[in-house]
Amino acid sequence: MSGSAGKSPQAAAGPLAAVMFLGAAVLLWNGVLYIAALWGRFWWVALLGNFTLIVLAAERIGRSVPPAHRKLYERTLAFGFPLLALIAWQLIVDAGLLSPLWFPQPTKIAKALWDTAVNYDRFSETSLIGRPWLIPSRFMEEGWTGVWKLFAESHVWATLGRVGAGFAIGAVPGILLGVVMGVNRTVRLMLDTTLSAIYVLPKIAIFPIVMLLFADPFGEGPKIAVVALSVFFLMTINTMAGVRDIDPVFLMAGRNYGARGFSLLRHVIIPAALPVIFAGLRLALGTALIVIISVEFLRAKQGVGFMTFYYWEVLNPEKMYAGLVVVMVLGVVLTYGLQALQHRLMPWQR
Amino acid sequence: MADRAVDASPPNTAPKAAPKIETRHVSKVYDTAAGPMTAVDDFSLDVADGEFVCIVGPSGCGKSTYLRMLAGLDTHSSGTILIRPGEDPKKPLNSVVFQEYAVFPWKTVIENVAFGLQMRGYAKAERLQIADYWLERVGLRKFAQYYPYQISGGMKQRVSIIRALANDPEVLLMDEPLGALDAQTRIVLQDELLRIWEETRKTVVYITHSLDEAILLGDRVILMTAHPGRLLATFNIGIERPRTVATMNTPEFTELRGEIWGQLSREVTRAMEMQA
Repeated sequence: MSGSAGKSPQAAAGPLAAVMFLGAAVLLWNGVLYIAALWGRFWWVALLGNFTLIVLAAERIGRSVPPAHRKLYERTLAFGFPLLALIAWQLIVDAGLLSPLWFPQPTKIAKALWDTAVNYDRFSETSLIGRPWLIPSRFMEEGWTGVWKLFAESHVWATLGRVGAGFAIGAVPGILLGVVMGVNRTVRLMLDTTLSAIYVLPKIAIFPIVMLLFADPFGEGPKIAVVALSVFFLMTINTMAGVRDIDPVFLMAGRNYGARGFSLLRHVIIPAALPVIFAGLRLALGTALIVIISVEFLRAKQGVGFMTFYYWEVLNPEKMYAGLVVVMVLGVVLTYGLQALQHRLMPWQR
Repeated sequence: MADRAVDASPPNTAPKAAPKIETRHVSKVYDTAAGPMTAVDDFSLDVADGEFVCIVGPSGCGKSTYLRMLAGLDTHSSGTILIRPGEDPKKPLNSVVFQEYAVFPWKTVIENVAFGLQMRGYAKAERLQIADYWLERVGLRKFAQYYPYQISGGMKQRVSIIRALANDPEVLLMDEPLGALDAQTRIVLQDELLRIWEETRKTVVYITHSLDEAILLGDRVILMTAHPGRLLATFNIGIERPRTVATMNTPEFTELRGEIWGQLSREVTRAMEMQA
């Protein structure tokens, strides 16, 4: 302890000099490559060099961070690097090294995102989030129908609705069947092969058939159904694995203390399998988003996937990227929601 | 291999009153792909009401299998197993304290202790009151609302033990309950077990691989052979009660241990050779 305290003034000066040196190296590296007109052709060498220098600088700083600020340092790394990457993207496109047509600058994407959020697209008769600031005036004019029309024009609400409905319709029966298959050997043997075969089938490939099963093939039914199907198989297989993985000693304890049938399910099997069930739900959420975006690419008049593809077709790359950003934001928000639910339902986990 | 049982008068050491536990010629044969495998072979044991019996044997001698058969968690291939019900027919016949605690991680400490009562339909207030009484008795009351991950291994095993005791069974079955604990915690819990047993005088069948523990706790120590599990010898432990961990330092204890170990060590060596 005393040794490190004695060294601290020197240690504080040490990293500063080293980091300044490394920062100068970054500038020099890029400057030389740029002036020699090599940056464009050997961009991957340039990026690799930059990345290495940044890692070295970050590690040099990391070594002298006191334990009290460790968390702050790690958070800075986790959020600072993506920010840095965005700035690099901006600079590279500004410098003309990448085509702004296919890789529009992050600032332009942000502006496009803002535009789609506040404006109504007359051609496709949609808006991004349904212009919630119009709710009071529309309510005065048309009542609830007016409010509903606003929701109905939104890409985000369309996608969220499909994912939410498909998720619920698929996950609940999936979990139930998974529990039955985990508990009952006969049912498991009968269904396992079939389920494994259907599970690996990309659900988007059966979308045409699903469309035919509905009275309105272009309506919401088939879209929700295909999300539900992919979630269902994933949850069945995951839940079954979770139930089969339960430490037998918990089942023995449950039985020895008088739990039978439903009470064994409620007090032992379900809670014991819950961590794996939630891991499955998280995977299913990702799959549900993939499926719904693909379906919206194919057949939709609305939705975040539709929006992305639509702006690609009308050659508006900024807005296309904006669509991708919205998908990512949806993914993050929904994952956080799922985690919050998990913490609520499983307070016994660290 | 000849039967080397020393005290071999089956049913061995029949007590005066009808025994609480009666097991006669019990065998357990597993059907494996390589043919039948005998885990327990012709094992007979009677346990008197209020008796503390310890079963010791090398690992893989089928002692845990025997306990699971007693608990009704595993079937036996032949022979008879009987636990005599007491006067109160609502009392559970047995409750098991498992090797790796088997405390439910998703229930709080007090919910764990009250679990058996809950399954038997006790009202919430009543079962929590009983659980609270037992928590108080082992000094865990302030941890009632904790989840198992928040408490130590020793505390978890205390919870597991009082979960069985709160259930008030006719017979308490313990499967190497202190096996996973460190040496110091183990000694503390041995003392606690002695104290609680002194107060409750439950009928106990206690599986352990520690000879010292068996002699310290038991009225009788049963040695088992390995592959297949058979009765090797029975020793009556006449050491006066109440005992404490200090009992292990008496000459009486040391002498008994030397005598029993002589028999057990041969069996352990044989078991090790068979596994090699």
